[in-house]
Amino acid sequence: MDKVIIAKEISLSYSNNETIINKANISINAGSFVFITGASGSGKSTLLKSFYGALKPNQGSLMVGGVELKGISTKKLNFLRRHIGIVFQDYKLVKEWTIEKNIMLPLIINGYDKGVTKVQVETLLKHVRLKHQFGKYPLELSGGEQQRVAMARALAHNPIMILADEPTGNLDDYSSQLIWNLLEGANTQLNTTVIVVTHHIPESLKVDYKHFHIEYGSINEVN
Amino acid sequence: MKSIKNHLSLVIALLSILFSMQIFIIVDRSLDAYKQNLVTSYSVIIVSQKRLSKDDIFAANKMISDIKELTPDNVVNRLNTGMDKKNIDFLKLTLPKFYKLSLEHYPSPKEIESLTKDLLSNSSIKKVENFSHTHDITYKLLLLFKAVVSVFAISILIVTSLLIFKELKIWQLKHAERMNIMGLFGAPVWLRSAVLFRLSIVDALIASAIAFGLFEYLSSNALILEQFSNIGISVMIFDPLNDFILLLGVSLVLSILLASFIVLGHKEEV
Repeated sequence: MDKVIIAKEISLSYSNNETIINKANISINAGSFVFITGASGSGKSTLLKSFYGALKPNQGSLMVGGVELKGISTKKLNFLRRHIGIVFQDYKLVKEWTIEKNIMLPLIINGYDKGVTKVQVETLLKHVRLKHQFGKYPLELSGGEQQRVAMARALAHNPIMILADEPTGNLDDYSSQLIWNLLEGANTQLNTTVIVVTHHIPESLKVDYKHFHIEYGSINEVN
Repeated sequence: MKSIKNHLSLVIALLSILFSMQIFIIVDRSLDAYKQNLVTSYSVIIVSQKRLSKDDIFAANKMISDIKELTPDNVVNRLNTGMDKKNIDFLKLTLPKFYKLSLEHYPSPKEIESLTKDLLSNSSIKKVENFSHTHDITYKLLLLFKAVVSVFAISILIVTSLLIFKELKIWQLKHAERMNIMGLFGAPVWLRSAVLFRLSIVDALIASAIAFGLFEYLSSNALILEQFSNIGISVMIFDPLNDFILLLGVSLVLSILLASFIVLGHKEEV
């Protein structure tokens, strides 16, 4: 099976030099659903950041989508990111843009045709049950609705994988369930690799998943 | 309303720079016109023992534009206390020759000094009257006026630059989040900063257009034209083509520079 992520002996640290992840290994199959858990400050978000190149390994090798991220150029990193969808706990929507424009962002960056973009945005709004909110700005929506906009944006360009950093961390049970359904749907229907960093794995999930746990800087697979 | 507010702060800052720059240009043009006026009434008188050829005088200094020999009749008439014509003719021959020299432009004190020296190098020329005292006062007044206006323009430039830099920081904060989000989805730098450049170019065009309208109005304002006419000069307050190109160029360069600073200073959030 193709590997979408292969990390060998990677170490990650911020500018203060404290090592968060220490010579860790992880490999993730394409099309799989993966959970990464760990205590607060264990380094699970740090690991996710390294998958989209926001933080580069100090040592070791990290291959994402067949591209080595250690020492990668900005141009190549941008190209890689165009094939990844990211969902954050704090949504990271552009407040000055309407929700449609936010969803359009990856499509614009990937150079999609205007007509295709319009149809895709309408389909996605329907898919995330937000068609009735057309024309609104992020701050006019509830937290759960904003996260659904972020999900639609992550799905818009049919990415090879979705990286989600505590996507339900700020949401109520109903909104959380909608987000899990969307992530599950992306994995089962579109065969998109989904990697979720979370404190809590939902019991309602029907999809087969892999579970990695981070403790004391190392990554361990949980059976 | 929010959009107008976004534009207003940069437009006003750019407008103040364009305004002080154009005022400096107008003052410079006025001083040039005034100097041109002064040169027509300013002349140097030379006294020579013998008649000089115009070519000899012209050869002394390049600044000399015209030479006029003054007739001795006035002096002779004053001395004439019943002399006969023969004696008067003889007196005319023995009197020194006077020449009035006009100059190409209004000279600086240094140029006057050099002209005097050049003329006196001709052994026949015994005296050069350059009215240096009156000239120096006028010239220094003009220099003082120009210096005051320059200081005023530079002060406005400094204050406005500080305002622009403050605006730059606000822009940086305002756009950093959007630029970060675009970067997370792989937007190239030009696409992330396209909004900034569009905004700054639009602001430069608005500021230049307002400056154009303002100076077009001032250049045909009767009150201002009357002021210039009162001091006897005619000045082009605003050249609709050349001055507008200059204003547009300055505001475009400044605002694009501002946007470039933001783009270069932007660091991706980790």
